[in-house]
Amino acid sequence: MIDSASLLAVLPELILTAGGLILMLIAAYGGDATARVVNWLSVLTLAVAGVALSCSLAHGPLAFDGLVRADAFSVFAKALIYAAAAGAILLAPRYFIVGGALRPEYPVLILFSSIGMGMMVSAGDMLTLYVGLEMQSLAAYVLASFMRQDERSSEAGLKYFVLGSLASGILLYGTALLYGFTGSTSFDGIAVALGDGVGKGELFGLVFVLAGLAFKISAVPFHMWTPDVYEGAPTPVTTFFASAPKVAAMGLTVRVAIEALGPAGLDWQQIVIFVALASILFGAVAAIGQSNIKRLMAYSSINNVGFALIGLATGTPAGVAATMSYMAIYVVMTIGAFACILQMRDAQGRPVETIASLAGLSRSRKGLAAALAIFMFSMAGIPPLFGFWAKFLVFDAAVAAGLTALAAFGIAASVIGAFYYLKIIKTMYFDEPAEAYEARGGAVENIILTACAAVIVFGYLLNPALDKASAAAAASLF
Amino acid sequence: MDGFPILSLMMAVPMAGAIACLYAGASQARLIALVATLVDLALGVILWINFDQSAGAAQWQFQEYAPIFGRFAWALGIDGIALVLIALTVFLMPICIGASWLAIEKRVGEYMAAFLFMEVLMIGVFTAQDLYLFYIMFEAGLIPMYLIIGIWGGADRIYASYKFFLYTLLGSVLMLIAMMWMVHEAGTTDIPTLMAYHFDPKIQTWLFLAFFASFAVKMPMWPVHTWLPDAHVQAPTAGSVILAGVLLKMGGYGFIRFSLPMFPEASAQLAPLVWGLSMVAVVYTSLVALVQSDMKKLIAYSSVAHMAIVTVGLFAFNQAGIEGAMMVMLGHGLVSGALFLCVGVIYDRLHTREIARYGGLSINMPKYAVLFLLFTMASVGLPGTSNFVGEFLSLMGIYQASSWVALVCTTGIILGAAYMLYLYRRIAYGEQKNADAAAMPDLSGREMWLLAPIAAAVLWMGVYPESFLSPMRSDIRALEARIASAAPAGDSRIKMGAVVPAAEAHHTEEATAHGEAH
Repeated sequence: MIDSASLLAVLPELILTAGGLILMLIAAYGGDATARVVNWLSVLTLAVAGVALSCSLAHGPLAFDGLVRADAFSVFAKALIYAAAAGAILLAPRYFIVGGALRPEYPVLILFSSIGMGMMVSAGDMLTLYVGLEMQSLAAYVLASFMRQDERSSEAGLKYFVLGSLASGILLYGTALLYGFTGSTSFDGIAVALGDGVGKGELFGLVFVLAGLAFKISAVPFHMWTPDVYEGAPTPVTTFFASAPKVAAMGLTVRVAIEALGPAGLDWQQIVIFVALASILFGAVAAIGQSNIKRLMAYSSINNVGFALIGLATGTPAGVAATMSYMAIYVVMTIGAFACILQMRDAQGRPVETIASLAGLSRSRKGLAAALAIFMFSMAGIPPLFGFWAKFLVFDAAVAAGLTALAAFGIAASVIGAFYYLKIIKTMYFDEPAEAYEARGGAVENIILTACAAVIVFGYLLNPALDKASAAAAASLF
Repeated sequence: MDGFPILSLMMAVPMAGAIACLYAGASQARLIALVATLVDLALGVILWINFDQSAGAAQWQFQEYAPIFGRFAWALGIDGIALVLIALTVFLMPICIGASWLAIEKRVGEYMAAFLFMEVLMIGVFTAQDLYLFYIMFEAGLIPMYLIIGIWGGADRIYASYKFFLYTLLGSVLMLIAMMWMVHEAGTTDIPTLMAYHFDPKIQTWLFLAFFASFAVKMPMWPVHTWLPDAHVQAPTAGSVILAGVLLKMGGYGFIRFSLPMFPEASAQLAPLVWGLSMVAVVYTSLVALVQSDMKKLIAYSSVAHMAIVTVGLFAFNQAGIEGAMMVMLGHGLVSGALFLCVGVIYDRLHTREIARYGGLSINMPKYAVLFLLFTMASVGLPGTSNFVGEFLSLMGIYQASSWVALVCTTGIILGAAYMLYLYRRIAYGEQKNADAAAMPDLSGREMWLLAPIAAAVLWMGVYPESFLSPMRSDIRALEARIASAAPAGDSRIKMGAVVPAAEAHHTEEATAHGEAH
């Protein structure tokens, strides 16, 4: 039954759908000349959808008979997703102009992907989950191969598609098993059925579902696609992949784990702990040998997902709040870092991706080097930068939940990760200058860069607000 | 002074200076940094004067509290122990800036900014009254020091900077986990409250070890000291001064502020471990120092040996030992800083730290030779200099706890005399075998201004240590009372003789002598 309350609950999605369709028509009739207009209009659409988030809470959490949920959790995640998507759109034009691929389809695809991500984080049923996930992924496959004349980009798109379909298949199989053994596809129904003990079939279903989700958040051992796709995809697309879909997939994983699989907490806890530690360690060790900054960021994202999962592994409201805060801080760091990476252009304006080319950046582009150094120290979790607080929150939740050994091991492994972040700072500050980059960055890039850096440096002042929002988001799941 | 946020101001001044330096040219940056550090020194003097040392004074003074960070607060406040360490910091900082005046030619603005930021963090460490605020200040110091070593350091600076960073980071992260546990257990991040909280002795051992991992690396204690010689050798002169002068003291401060009062039972239980490591450090690193051919490395190893005297004094569990440890920290902060400056003076002229390249400097650099001799003697622990007071008190304290430890550590003093005098002989005495070393000019006015204040302070501390002991006394007494119940029984079994009136004593002596004669 479709009622007005339900429609109000999905108002942000409706706005995005309408906006996306209209902008697609503009793009189809206006051609590539409309690219800039469509860019700004799509950011506007995201902003309007973000404002509409506040209306979506008006009529209680359940909409469409429980298929969709509009609660504090989905609002928190969607706000992050929309902000990250807007960042990825704003950062793109300068990159695509040089590559000759400034097309209006890029922001439109991101809008469609955002609809899917919104559905993911507000899913209340395995079917909504799947539809949302596929909607997000389909747009993402196209985005990965957006520079279709570029061999690497096409390869990235194909790889992402093949492996992504495999993961979707695994997830669907898990869903089918869960449905078969619990008799329900709704999260609440599954939770009720799991409440009387977890059978073998249900356990299998749980494992397959988690495996499919682990692929989407690129956690070890389902991370293999990440470095290749991140490296091959155009850098603005990589920015997008590393930020918004990560939040969506993490939000989805948290929701499924707590709402649907909550009664089987002890069963998935050990899986999540393993995946978290493996991601932290592998992400850190494998990043050390990288010479391409985008590949390095891919491993860094694997590493970060591991830390975020530690919050989930606790299974407590504080842990979930920590995971969501982690993702919020991670998104700011990632967008900021990519805003720096996008400015790595040689004198002709062509993008450069090697870490070696950063050598001596602190002398040719002081501000850029300082900003990237701030993001790297922050990702390494060094106080007083805000990235430390992200790690602090998840480890604090783990200690509060009695998982002290996990926290101790995880934080010790973070020192390994610090090494490769330091390597970038060393290259920029200690090494003799390499060939200089283009002398100036774009205005939009610099504004985003400065804003992100300001959040990372002064972030502690946001603590009370962040604590409140993430606690409310977590409370709505329990 | 009531209510005036002087501690915040002391951090705000260098912070503002640091930001200004980033945008200033080379000569302006030097001036900004000097002014900022001198203003901080003046504030430090005001702080000392206004610190209430009377018997009934509050333990924590100049407290500030602003709960602006959600789970933790901007909570500052100092006791006498923090006061003297802050004084050491603000005293050494202008000297560091002066030492870098000419030696640093490239990227001056960034250099000065890094130093001023470092000063903010050091003052933050000593004033923080919130556990997490302390951790943030403690850890954040890695960033400027990493950059100082890595950008302005010597030939092998990159290796040294990585080693410094990763070593100390690994040491500290486990402490963070322990802090989280403590906060959940005690329900507060307030350091004074935690200092009085009684943790379960079984858990204390784990907590102590986690804190120990951090402070032992920072201190540094044998066998986790290996980052220090590398960092010292590669760091620029002023970097070495601040590293030896203040950063190492953070480890000792950590022991005195956290390990001892928060985990007294575990401290007593693991005191033999600390003693053992310290004994090894005193003897082993002194011997290593004896064979160094690099001046900075020699002084770096001597720092490890001196810090071992600090840990021994701290874990003596009595007032003499802890007071001695504090005095060694202060004295070593001044003396090792001064020694690094002395090395810097001749390094700036000849650009080598190789001891064999010098010789007979007392002939062409008499003023230098006098000051260098003073600091050498202070490092040896000659009575009348700062280190004597501290070393004597520390060893006296540990003698009450364990006479064997005292015995072994005292040999360290003798070995200390050996390597320092040997160093001095090779540099200042003997014939002038190197023509370029013989042609070096004596101290310039600027260099005199750097070394003379330290020399004055060293003598002051040696002749009238009461000025430095009196602010700390009541705090150390409180600490002793806190850990008294757990203190290990000493093996020396000192029996204090009953106080007898002089006349009677004379009579008794006479009687004994009389009896013996019979």
